[in-house]
Amino acid sequence: MQVTINGKPRSFDAASFSVAHLITSLNLEGKRLAIECNGEIVPRSQFAETQLVDGDKLEIVGAVGGG
Amino acid sequence: MSDLLKIADKTYHSRLLVGTGKYQDFAQTRAAIDASGAEIITVAIRRTNIGQTAGEPSLLDYLPPEEFTYLPNTAGCYSADDAVRTLRLARELLDGHKLVKLEVLGDPNTLYPNMIETIAAAKVLVKDGFDVMVYCSDDPIIAKQLEDIGCCAVMPLASLIGSGMGILNPWNLQIIIENANIPVLVDAGVGTASDAAIAMELGCQGVLMNTAIAAARDPIRMAGAMKKAVEAGRDAYLAGRMPKKLYSASPSSPSAGLIS
Repeated sequence: MQVTINGKPRSFDAASFSVAHLITSLNLEGKRLAIECNGEIVPRSQFAETQLVDGDKLEIVGAVGGG
Repeated sequence: MSDLLKIADKTYHSRLLVGTGKYQDFAQTRAAIDASGAEIITVAIRRTNIGQTAGEPSLLDYLPPEEFTYLPNTAGCYSADDAVRTLRLARELLDGHKLVKLEVLGDPNTLYPNMIETIAAAKVLVKDGFDVMVYCSDDPIIAKQLEDIGCCAVMPLASLIGSGMGILNPWNLQIIIENANIPVLVDAGVGTASDAAIAMELGCQGVLMNTAIAAARDPIRMAGAMKKAVEAGRDAYLAGRMPKKLYSASPSSPSAGLIS
């Protein structure tokens, strides 16, 4: 399947997997972040049960320095 | 006697709020914020780097959210929708944190706020349970509307973001302060310590700044200067200045007992 993460397309072998799995595969485990899938926030408590499918658009954000 | 800043039912000792951008590195950011004494610090919400160096230090390692009150902002947003979306992500990121800084910009050259979009976003955010501190123009009518919507603080600009031009319209700020029933903080445009002191002398409840500290030759020293300026300005405001008198000069030493 192919999903768009932060504006860039990414391909994965599996046909579907969870947001929790995605975070592991992107080496983002333990980082403080927030995720939006197709414009809807995915609460952290639902990372394990939220399944991603082909064509999903994800935004993964964190806090950075700013004024 | 304690003189505390109260925003959305929470009190703070420091009336200086600082941004966390434009520093050389995180260590300098931390040192400057410590020197400023700020308890509320603004952060931006941005896409996480994907597939890059794992274990790379992050802002949160240097400024733990348990130690400071984070004020996530919507810097870089040019529409109400983007601002609302950004702050909903921030709330999720910071475990349900409600206090936010709303700013919706009008154009990239001036970074002047687009108040039509800002008002639209403020309405949605207040309804959604956020405590909204709002960056705004120094228009007294707009400031009142933002208060009526339910924002918890209005933050008119002193001058353009990052310009360091100081307080260009103290008269408007004074009108906003006199009419407001919520805290008024100056946000943006402060260049040096005297600007911060003037804002506080006008009766502002606080000052928010980033570039004035980060772009100083010695940011840590400037952070300390700003801390003192905000405290001095606040004290001068509370003490009540003497009236200005153009012609009736009045010597401080007695006029009697002069030798002749």
